[in-house]
Amino acid sequence: MAEVQYKDASRIYPGTDEPAVNKLNIDIPDGELLVLVGPSGSGKSTALRMLAGLETVNQGAVYIGGTDVTLKPPQDRDIAMVFQNYALYPSMTVGENMGFALKQAKVPKDERAKRVQEAARILDLEEYLDRKPKNLSGGQRQRVAMGRAIVRQPQVFLMDEPLSNLDAKLRVQTRTELSDLQARLGVTTVYVTHDQVEAMTMGDRVAVLNFGVLQQVDAPKTLYSKPANKFVAGFIGSPAMNLFDAESIDGRPAIGGVAAPISDSVAGQLGRVDGAAIGVRPEHLKLASSGIQGEVTVIEELGSESFVHVAIQHMGERTTIVVRDEGETETTRGQNVHVDFDGPIHVFDADGERVD
Amino acid sequence: MALFTRAPKPEPILGQNRAVAFFLAVLTWIIGLLFFFPLFWLVLNGFKEEAVASSSPTLIFDPTLDRFREVTETTNLLTFAEAFWNSFWIVLISTFIVMTLAIPAAYSLAIRPMRKWRDVLFFFISTKFLPIVGIIMPVWIIARDLNLLGTRTVLVILYTAMNLPLAVWMLRSFFAEVPKELVEASQIDGCSLLGQIRQVILPIVAPGLAATALLCVIFAWNEFFFALQLNNVGASTIPVWVNSQQKFQGQFLAGLSAASVLATLPVVLAGWVAQKRMIRGLALGAIK
Repeated sequence: MAEVQYKDASRIYPGTDEPAVNKLNIDIPDGELLVLVGPSGSGKSTALRMLAGLETVNQGAVYIGGTDVTLKPPQDRDIAMVFQNYALYPSMTVGENMGFALKQAKVPKDERAKRVQEAARILDLEEYLDRKPKNLSGGQRQRVAMGRAIVRQPQVFLMDEPLSNLDAKLRVQTRTELSDLQARLGVTTVYVTHDQVEAMTMGDRVAVLNFGVLQQVDAPKTLYSKPANKFVAGFIGSPAMNLFDAESIDGRPAIGGVAAPISDSVAGQLGRVDGAAIGVRPEHLKLASSGIQGEVTVIEELGSESFVHVAIQHMGERTTIVVRDEGETETTRGQNVHVDFDGPIHVFDADGERVD
Repeated sequence: MALFTRAPKPEPILGQNRAVAFFLAVLTWIIGLLFFFPLFWLVLNGFKEEAVASSSPTLIFDPTLDRFREVTETTNLLTFAEAFWNSFWIVLISTFIVMTLAIPAAYSLAIRPMRKWRDVLFFFISTKFLPIVGIIMPVWIIARDLNLLGTRTVLVILYTAMNLPLAVWMLRSFFAEVPKELVEASQIDGCSLLGQIRQVILPIVAPGLAATALLCVIFAWNEFFFALQLNNVGASTIPVWVNSQQKFQGQFLAGLSAASVLATLPVVLAGWVAQKRMIRGLALGAIK
């Protein structure tokens, strides 16, 4: 068990100018589950592979347990990795797969068998130890891949989208099991996913990457309530935050002709409204008797809540704003409504940075 | 108003129609027999008397093993036993060397390609562009200067050189099918390079190894030109021995047939053994 640090770590693929990962700085304390999340091409997998030693670190350094491992090969880093396609050795049984790393480390046979048995018990794989991977279901293969990592008792677990090959129901179930397992074992874990729900539900902290640049690393709640910039604001949350280029009314940012109720200090810090952006989550808007005028175009009823899409005129263009409403909404399609602010408002300056 | 209409009957694809299926089956048999017939006739001729083999073709005759006895007992320049063991060792050793060299080459080309690996691959195959006849003189002179004429060694060297490019090409494509995550997983699991190849990659590409080795064996076993030019005496191989069964006078068709059957048998056997492995491997097909 150990803490992990990225220090200005960059990866530039040969033949490209733009770094795939650009000066990454993250400190991951011992026992934490950190999720790396971002759209495809954001460099999240590359960052993980740099930690694994499968990708060269061109600049900066990577530390595991205080030791600089930047130049060490994967086998000397004391890590275990779970791959998206599990990468189980097809010619070996489940037991052999799980014990393979121990065999390489010349762990005596008895000890090896004991540890494999123990991991199999934790993962409910005992009856499959003699099977080949091809005779297992997707979920079982996933567990074997986990087992292979657990058996080693490594300093760090690395997981590269380990759930994305499972069907939706199994994914949700395994997600919980995996979080629980990680918490029980207390092994520092770096987890890569493109699924922001997975990121929010599993991570002690979540690091959001875009174009190889770290946007924000924080607890899920903070990411949601105080996104550091426009990208994080738009990426985290489902349905997504309503984000608009702000129009100016009396020097205050506004949406659809209605000035947003922001504090004087925020307004003061923002200064010029031109180029700024304003964001409101659907649950921080309400249908009211006054406010932004619009027409209901779509109603998504989810039972416990519903999301009402309202077409409004904003800066001379027709655009849509999403409002969360009761499960049993009385709104109908085509209805003319007013949308009013009902909670925190996020303001971003011309560079896309949060203004607080 | 017809609310419920029957789903249209799917168009039968070629082969589902019974008449077409029958026609295709017959065609397959005809083509198969057409290819098989010369081999069948060869085997049949081996069991005939010379006079019967040379007269008008017949299926009815008294089979005899005399021809096989004659060809294996003749003591020309080269006996059957000598030729067989020469071939055996030359093929075995050259195939072994080819595989030993080709596996690491294929690994590096497929799994850790260096820059310009495509050019390297092309260079390998370019060595096969020149017809062998075009280089036989220099090869002969080099062999003479190295005192290798008439030795098994010269054939081992030449067959290795002949099969190596092919083996590298074939193995590279098999190795390229190995998911790179498996290689990475084995690295993280602490495998050495050798362990990685031996314990992780080779079991997956075993069918490919078998296929490649089989081809090398077949090509080396059947090679005639080098053997005839550089080594047509006591150290020569089965094809040269078969050739020596041609006589300048008298009838030799049955004897030659018997010799050819004997020359073919080991290859057929090797193919049969390798095929079992290959099919099993292909049926597994499961790298996932």
